[in-house]
Amino acid sequence: MLVQFTAWDIVRNLLEGGKWTLALSLIAFVLGGAVGFAILFARIARHRLLQAFAKAYIEVFQGTPLLMQLFIVFFGLSLVGLEVSPWLAAALGLTLFTSAYLAEIWRGCVESVPKGQWEASASLALSWPQQMRHVILPQALRIAIAPTVGFSVQVVKGTAVASIIGFAELTKTGAMLANATFQPFVVFGLVAAGYFALCYPLSLYAKSLERKFHVAR
Amino acid sequence: MSLVKIAGLHKHFGANHVLKGIDLDVAQGDVVALIGRSGSGKSTLLRAINGLETIDKGELVVDGTAVHDGKGDLRALRQKVGMVFQQFNLFPHLTAGENVMLAPTVVKGLSRAEAQDIAKEMLLKVGLADKFASFPDQLSGGQQQRVAIARALAMQPKVLLCDEITSALDPELVSEVLAVVRQLAAEGMTLVMVTHEMRFARDVGNKLIFMHHGRIHESGDPRQVFADPQTPELANFVGSVQAA
Amino acid sequence: MAYQFDFAPVFEHADLLLSGAAFTLALTAVGSVFGIGLGIAGAVCRAWRLAPFDRLFGAYVEVIRNTPFLVQLFFIFFGLPSLGVTMSEWHAAVLAMVINLGAYSTEIIRAGIQATPRGQLEAAQSLALTRAQIFRHVVLRPALARVWPALASQVIIVMLGSAVCSQIATEELTFAANFIQSRNFRAFETYFVTTAMYFVMALLIRQLLMQLGQHFVTRRAT
Repeated sequence: MLVQFTAWDIVRNLLEGGKWTLALSLIAFVLGGAVGFAILFARIARHRLLQAFAKAYIEVFQGTPLLMQLFIVFFGLSLVGLEVSPWLAAALGLTLFTSAYLAEIWRGCVESVPKGQWEASASLALSWPQQMRHVILPQALRIAIAPTVGFSVQVVKGTAVASIIGFAELTKTGAMLANATFQPFVVFGLVAAGYFALCYPLSLYAKSLERKFHVAR
Repeated sequence: MSLVKIAGLHKHFGANHVLKGIDLDVAQGDVVALIGRSGSGKSTLLRAINGLETIDKGELVVDGTAVHDGKGDLRALRQKVGMVFQQFNLFPHLTAGENVMLAPTVVKGLSRAEAQDIAKEMLLKVGLADKFASFPDQLSGGQQQRVAIARALAMQPKVLLCDEITSALDPELVSEVLAVVRQLAAEGMTLVMVTHEMRFARDVGNKLIFMHHGRIHESGDPRQVFADPQTPELANFVGSVQAA
Repeated sequence: MAYQFDFAPVFEHADLLLSGAAFTLALTAVGSVFGIGLGIAGAVCRAWRLAPFDRLFGAYVEVIRNTPFLVQLFFIFFGLPSLGVTMSEWHAAVLAMVINLGAYSTEIIRAGIQATPRGQLEAAQSLALTRAQIFRHVVLRPALARVWPALASQVIIVMLGSAVCSQIATEELTFAANFIQSRNFRAFETYFVTTAMYFVMALLIRQLLMQLGQHFVTRRAT
C-alpha cells in the first residue's frame, strides 16, 4: 500500500519533529547550564581534588564523540535497571555534554577578568565566595553572554545525534520521511533548512553580542 | 635632471587636507632630511613616494616612472624606491638572509644562488655577515634595522626612503644604524629621511625640508637653515627639539 | 541482581576495533588535508574580497555552521544520488568531512590572515611583491601558525564527529563497535572501550598535529 505524501504532509511531520528538537535543546541548555555552573565552581575551586575531577570531566566530554556519550548513557542506564527511553537518555546525555562545554567556556571568561580585580577585592578583605559573587562573576557574566549564546547553536545541532538512539526529533523524522517518500533530496533539504532557521538567528545574535562587547570595552 | 620630482601633490585623509600642494625635486646623490612636528605631513609625503599612501592630485616621477593623480605602475615604482620602516617589519618566519633574498628571487626572478650572493654582500655591507641564518627574534633592534636596510638595498633602489628608522631603537643602538646610513650617503646613495636626529641631518644631509601644516615651510642647506631659521615656526621647532 | 561487567567479549574483537580505528584515522586524515585546503581557498577569497567567491564562500560557511553534520552527511549520501550522482559510503563520508571542515577552516584561517600586522604587508609591498606573492611568502605561514591550535581543535572535533558516519555504513570505529555489541550483547562495555579509544585517538592526534605544526608551520613564526 503506497501512501501518498503531499508537500504539506512532509512539512507538517517535520514541524512535529522540530518541536522535539526545540524541546530537547531547551532542556539540555538550561539543565546543562545549571550543572555546568556547578562544574565551573569545582574547576576554579582552591581544592585540588575538586579541580582534578572537574578537569577530567571536561576533558572526557570534550574528547569523545557525542554519539558515544549518548550510547553509554542509553545502555548504561538500562544496566542499572532503569526503564530508559530515547528521550530520557538524549536529555541526560546532551545535558552532561552541554555542562562540560559551558563550564569550560565560563572558566575562560572568569580567567579573563583582570588579575587586578582579584587583588583589589582581596585587599578589601573579601572572602573567596564574596569575591566571586560581587566582583568576579558579574564581570565574567558580561564576557560570557556572547560565547554562551554561540554554544546554544552547538546544542541544537547536537540534538540531531539523538536521532541515532531513536529519539524522534527533526533528523529522525526526516530520515523516516525520506524513506517513505523516496524524496531524500527534498526532505533532507527541508530538514537542513529547519536547523538553519533555528540556528542562524542564534548565530547572528551571538555575533552581534560579540561586537557590542568589544565596542564597549 | 632630478631623480625624484614631485609637483602639486595633494592628499586628503577624509576631510583632513594633509598635503596641501607639495613641490619637491631630489637630485641623484641628495641626502634629504624631512623634519617637522607630528601631523605636519612629513611621513605621509615620504610614504607617497613609494605609493604606500595614494596621491589624490599631483605628479610624482621617480627615474622616469610616473604616477599622475594617483594612477601609475606602483610595482615598477617600488622596484626603484626602497623603504626602511620605524618598526623594521622584518618577516619573522624567515632568517635574516631569507628576508634579504625574498624580493630578488620573487620579484626580479634571480636564482637562489644569485640572490644568496647578493644577500651575503648586503649583510656584509651593514656589518651583519655572520647573522645570515639568524631569525629576527634572535637579533637586537639595531641589528634588525640593519637587516631591514640590507633588505631594501638588495633590490638596488635608486632612492632609499627612511621613515624615522631610529625612533624605535634604544639610544645605544642608534649610532650603529646611523653609521650605516652615513656610509650609504658617502657612497652616493640618494636618501630621503624623515628623522628626529637633527645633528645627523645637519652633518650628513645636504638638503633640509621643514614641513608645517601640510606644506613645505622652509628648505635649504641644513647647516644654514639650523643656524639661521627664516620663519618663527622653524625657529620654534628647532628650539623645542634642541631643548629636548 | 547486579550487572556483571565483562570486558572480555569486547577484547575478543580487538582486531575489528583496531581496524575500525585505523579507518577513522584515515578518514580524518584525508578529510583534513582537503578540508584545510578548501579552507585556505575560502579564507583567501573572504579576506581579499574576491567577488563573487567571497559571497559564495560566506553563504557556504553559514549553511554548514548552522546545520548538523549528520544532516549534511545524509543530504550528501541519500540526497545527491537521487539527482543521479553515484557515490559509495566512503565517498560520502569523506566529502561530508571535507565540506564540513572546509567551512570552519575558512573562518579560522581568515581570522589568522586578517591578523597579519600591517607593517608586514607594507614592507612586502615596498619590496614590489604582487598580492599573490605577498600572500604566498609573507602572509600564509604566519597566519597558519597563528591559528594552528584552533585548526587542530577543529580537526579533532571533525574526527569525533566522524562517529556518525557509521549511520551510512562507513566501516569506521563506531560501525565496528555497533557490529561487535550486536554479537556479544555487551553494549555498555563495547561502547565504553570504544569511547576510551576515541579519547586516546584525540590525544594522539593533538600531539601529532602540534608536532607537525612546530615542524612545518611555526618554525620560528610569530
